[in-house]
Amino acid sequence: MAKSKKLDRRGFLKGATAGAAAGAAALVVKPPAVNAQETAQARPAAPLATPRQVALETGAPPHVDVYTTDRPGADFMVDVLKSLNFDYIFANPGSSFRGLQESFINYGKNTKPEWITCTHEEISVAMAHGYYKIEGKPILTLAHGTVGLQHASMALYNAYADRVPVYLILGNEQEIAFRRSDVEWAHSVQDAASMVRDYTKWDDSPVSLGHFAESAVRAYKVMMTPPMEPVVLCANGQLQEEPMSEDDRRSLRVPKSVIPAPPAGDAAAVEQAAKWLVAAENPVIVAGRVARTPAGIKLLVELAETLQAGVQDRKFRMNFPSHHPLFNTGSVAAADVVLGLEVPDFWNATHTQTPINRMGMQSRPITKPGAKLVTVTAGDLFSRSNYQDFGRYTEVDLAIAADAEATLPALTEACKRLITSDRKRAIEQRGKKLAEEHRRNRERDLEQATVGWDASPVTTARMAAELWNQIKNEDWSLVSDTTFVSWWPLRLWDFDKPYHYIGGHGAYGIGYGAPAAVGAALANKKYGRISVNIQCDGDLNYVPGVLWTAAHHRIPLLSIMHNNRAYHQEHMFLQDMASRAGRGVENAGIGVTLEDPHINYATMAKAYGMYSSGPIENPNDFGPALKAALEVVKKGEPALIDLVTQPR
Amino acid sequence: MKIIGLFVAALGLSIGFAQSNGNAENGKKLFLRDGCWECHGYAGQGSRDGARIASTALNAQGLIRYVRRPSGAMPAYVDKVITDQELTDIWAYLKTLPGPKPVKDVPLLNTLR
Repeated sequence: MAKSKKLDRRGFLKGATAGAAAGAAALVVKPPAVNAQETAQARPAAPLATPRQVALETGAPPHVDVYTTDRPGADFMVDVLKSLNFDYIFANPGSSFRGLQESFINYGKNTKPEWITCTHEEISVAMAHGYYKIEGKPILTLAHGTVGLQHASMALYNAYADRVPVYLILGNEQEIAFRRSDVEWAHSVQDAASMVRDYTKWDDSPVSLGHFAESAVRAYKVMMTPPMEPVVLCANGQLQEEPMSEDDRRSLRVPKSVIPAPPAGDAAAVEQAAKWLVAAENPVIVAGRVARTPAGIKLLVELAETLQAGVQDRKFRMNFPSHHPLFNTGSVAAADVVLGLEVPDFWNATHTQTPINRMGMQSRPITKPGAKLVTVTAGDLFSRSNYQDFGRYTEVDLAIAADAEATLPALTEACKRLITSDRKRAIEQRGKKLAEEHRRNRERDLEQATVGWDASPVTTARMAAELWNQIKNEDWSLVSDTTFVSWWPLRLWDFDKPYHYIGGHGAYGIGYGAPAAVGAALANKKYGRISVNIQCDGDLNYVPGVLWTAAHHRIPLLSIMHNNRAYHQEHMFLQDMASRAGRGVENAGIGVTLEDPHINYATMAKAYGMYSSGPIENPNDFGPALKAALEVVKKGEPALIDLVTQPR
Repeated sequence: MKIIGLFVAALGLSIGFAQSNGNAENGKKLFLRDGCWECHGYAGQGSRDGARIASTALNAQGLIRYVRRPSGAMPAYVDKVITDQELTDIWAYLKTLPGPKPVKDVPLLNTLR
């Protein structure tokens, strides 16, 4: 784009003239061309023009302020972004991207992507986080480059730590002459992405529409290459709102977008790993964020079954069927080979810390001496230094820097090739033992669930069992983490489909749960699935406005409040600290409980226009309430049940 | 003198009885005051963060030893914070909490087998 030919808004405001700039012709509606000679012949009897009329028609036209344009730059931005095939935009409105918003809803016809109204930027990004984990497609989010990004930043960090791509566009007015008021000065920033550069994979601040197009497509490609991470692209206000010149219209094009094939492990390294695994007496697989696509589950099952190796699932993704005989069997402590697949906390999976050592002084490996440790992770291909989510350095015997899912086919094939008939017999024997272990684990979990069955507050085991009873015959999807309910759904329900579970926060930034659930439920909506959200009370209080988004956009979602009336993790930490200090724990509730008054989440949901019931304290009332709420959800609406629960 | 001796012996027996059996009613108060429920649940059912302690298999001395020098995530509680007698009372309360029952007795869970 030739900048010298571009007409900016200041040019218009000074007064547009017909010959002042080439671009101006594109901005005003021209009258039909008229041949003066033909006109004179057709109307010979017309009176002669006065000198004033002659002067008006032949001299320079008067100054006319032009406030309209038929094609702002944002239209082209929309063309570019539509080419990336986003389903939705999640955004809270902001003046710094008003041009882009207008182009999306009018020029772009508010389809592909469709605008979803969010009440907070943290919600926008966390919804995008949840949506991706169901649909495997990133969402376009928009925010102010200043105050909007400040709101969005924690959710962005969660997505970063959870290896989830989020495409964030920041509105920003870089040119000072375009800032209309003190508000726009306060909302403008020199380097908008700098605040989140430590936990995004790539960013750019394009200075022209052509630059925007290339960077927009590049951002998508970078984001979608494992390890997948959020990216940020700044949309300069001037570029959004100013008209495109004729030259621009002719020269601008949308670059082709191609997503790179994910990196698979080095063949020699994969062969070495296979040799160790096949020769092992007790191999164990530790699964982190392995299943990146629906194929990931099948691939992991195939490897585990080939080796008859136990799978210790770290519960970051839907990696492995929960009723499979190898699920959560085997032991890292007893293993002679430990295979870590996309495990962000592999050190924690292979070490233990005593309470005193939790202060950071000492630790102890739990693996046997001589055990081989092998990792396959795309995390080895990308590192940042400031934020420490990369975890502690783990001494391993073989580190394969690659995407685990892309590496699994070769690893499984190598294992199959190396298995002799002797090894096959040993492997089958091991499988029988692990299947028995799985059966015992399941029986133990069921027995455990009976304790406190009739208690009030309701146990999390009872909550999970009652929920399962209502949804087990539906096409369901659990769109929340299970960490804070002692993993009961994973212990009782039958998880086997890719959308059955979405894992957790990534960085444990609270305020993720409710919006991620709504985002995931939106992804499930077109498939007619019943989305189920076990909603922590502390989490919802960060971002209650997402209830309105669910109600407004008719997003079917069954939310069960895990209303334990405190920030219990912190409560436990305070007890721990008070005990260490020998001071007693009577005061450990100060600052961590949500009591006096109790928060009524059913009322809260109603205020946002959502069906609700509760608070329920009697466990026997929960089943009927669930049934009624499920009917609402089946009709395409969200519903919330406020259940008063045990801490964990 | 004999009488005094008998009285002291009786007192000692009484204290010994309290230490070995504990006062479950007081134990319940302490269970709530000292936040045992936080990790172990109000029903002692256990959770991700604490073992099941309803109808504990430990004896009182075993519980005291564990609380003083725990393993895993459990914080240590010194005598200044919670006395042996108080722990014995808590132990007595834990013994009153029902442990697991047969899964077949809970129809909803039985369907999951």
